[in-house]
Amino acid sequence: MIYLDNASTTMKKPPEVIEAVVQAMSHIGNASRGTHDEALKASRAVFDTRRKLAKFFHCTRSDHVVFTANSTQALNTAISGLFKPGDHVITTELEHNSVLRPLYRLEDAGIITLSILPADKKGRINTEALDVLFQENTRAVVLTHASNLTGNVVDLEKIGEIAHRHQALLVVDASQTAGTIPIDMEAMQIDVLCFTGHKGLMGPQGTGGLCVREGVAIRPYSVGGTGVQSYLREQPDEMPTKLEAGTLNAHGIAGLSAALDFIEKTGLDAIHKYESGLMRRFYEGVSAIEGVTVYGDFETDLRCAIVSINIRDFDSALVSDALSQDYDIATRPGAHCAPLMHKALGTGTQGAVRFSFSYFNTVDEVDAAIEAVRELASDG
Amino acid sequence: MRKSETNFLISFPTTSAAMAMESACRRAGIPGRLIPVPGFIRAGCGMCWISPEDKEEALKALISSEGLETESMQTVTL
Repeated sequence: MIYLDNASTTMKKPPEVIEAVVQAMSHIGNASRGTHDEALKASRAVFDTRRKLAKFFHCTRSDHVVFTANSTQALNTAISGLFKPGDHVITTELEHNSVLRPLYRLEDAGIITLSILPADKKGRINTEALDVLFQENTRAVVLTHASNLTGNVVDLEKIGEIAHRHQALLVVDASQTAGTIPIDMEAMQIDVLCFTGHKGLMGPQGTGGLCVREGVAIRPYSVGGTGVQSYLREQPDEMPTKLEAGTLNAHGIAGLSAALDFIEKTGLDAIHKYESGLMRRFYEGVSAIEGVTVYGDFETDLRCAIVSINIRDFDSALVSDALSQDYDIATRPGAHCAPLMHKALGTGTQGAVRFSFSYFNTVDEVDAAIEAVRELASDG
Repeated sequence: MRKSETNFLISFPTTSAAMAMESACRRAGIPGRLIPVPGFIRAGCGMCWISPEDKEEALKALISSEGLETESMQTVTL
C-alpha cells in the first residue's frame, strides 16, 4: 500500500514513537494526580514534552504550552476564550472548518463580526489587502499557516507585523506545518499557536495543543479536575492548568515526546527538504499529463508537501476510490473541510484529489502514483 | 506512621511548577522529593517539594536564579 494521505495524518510513525507509547501504557500513571512513582513518571513525561515543544516553537514559557486532543480543540479553546462582545476578527479563505466553525458560531451568536480575506485562483492571499480589513475593534487575525488543500504557506512574519501594528492578536493554525516547516513564535509575532501532534510532528493521534504568548489571557473552554487547588469553586487561573481540565493523554504525549526527539535528530530542514523533493517530483510528473489540473502555488519551495489535482471533470471521490481499489494508493478526495478554499479554486462540486507526502514516503512510491494518475487520465 | 523529620517545604500553584522545581533540584544536586500537599499546608490535592531543612538557602537561591514559580515556603515537621 502506498500511503499518500499524510496531510490527514502521518500513518507511518518513527518506531521510537510506537515504543514510547507502549512503554507509557505499561508503566505510567495519571499526570498531576498524586506523587507515587507512576504518577510522577506521567507528570515528568508531560513536563518534559512541554519543554521540548516550547523550544521547538520558540515559545518563551514552557508552562504556556497547553495540551489538547488536537488542533480543533486547541482552536476552539483559543477562539472561544479570547473574544468579547463587539470584537471584530479577521480570517481567510484558506481556512479549515476547525477555524471557520468556531468563528461562525461566535458570529452567529452576535458576539463577533468577521471579515474574510479572499484568496486568488492559485489559493494565495494578498497580505497588502489584509491591511484594509482592520477596524478599530479588530481583536485578532486567526489564520492557518498553510492551506490543507493547496499546501500554500502564508507569510506569518509579515502578517504578524501587520496584526501587531493594528494592536491585534495573531492566532495561528499550524496543523499542516508543525513538524515540517520551522515555526518561530517570537520572530513571527504569534500570540497563540495551535498545533496537532499526529500530522507533521509524527506523534500519536489524540495529541496537540496551543502555545500562548505570555500576557495573552484565554478564558477556559473546559473546566474540571486539575489535580491542584481542588477546593476552588472555579478553574485555577495559573497556566497551563487554567486551560487543561481532566486527565491528559500522557500516553500519547510520551509518544509525541519521542517524535520531537526524532525530528530533532533528523533535522527539521532535512525533513522539509526531503518531503519537498517528493512533492516537487510528483508535481512535475502530473503537471505534464494531459487533462490534469493542479491547484496551488508551486513557484516557491516554502510550501507543504501537498499536491491537489483533478483529472478532467472526473469526480474526485471516484478518482480517489480508483486509486485505492486499483492501485492501492491512499489519497483524500472531496472538500477537505475547507469549503471557502474550494470555492475560491472553483472546485466546490468536483472537490479535488489530495496527494500528501511524508518523510517516510519514497521516490518509487511517488513514481507509482504518477503512473497511476497517467493511466486514469488516459481512460475515456 | 514513619518517624517525624524536619524539612523545608515548598508548595506550587500548578503541577507544571512543581515539576520545574524537581527538574531544577535534580540538575543542581539538591536532595529532596515531591510529596502530596499535607492538609495543614493547603486542603485539597496537588504536590509540594520537600528537602532537608538545611537546604533552605540553597533552594531559595535556586528559585531566584531559575525564576521558579512557588506558592508558599516553610519549615515543617512531617
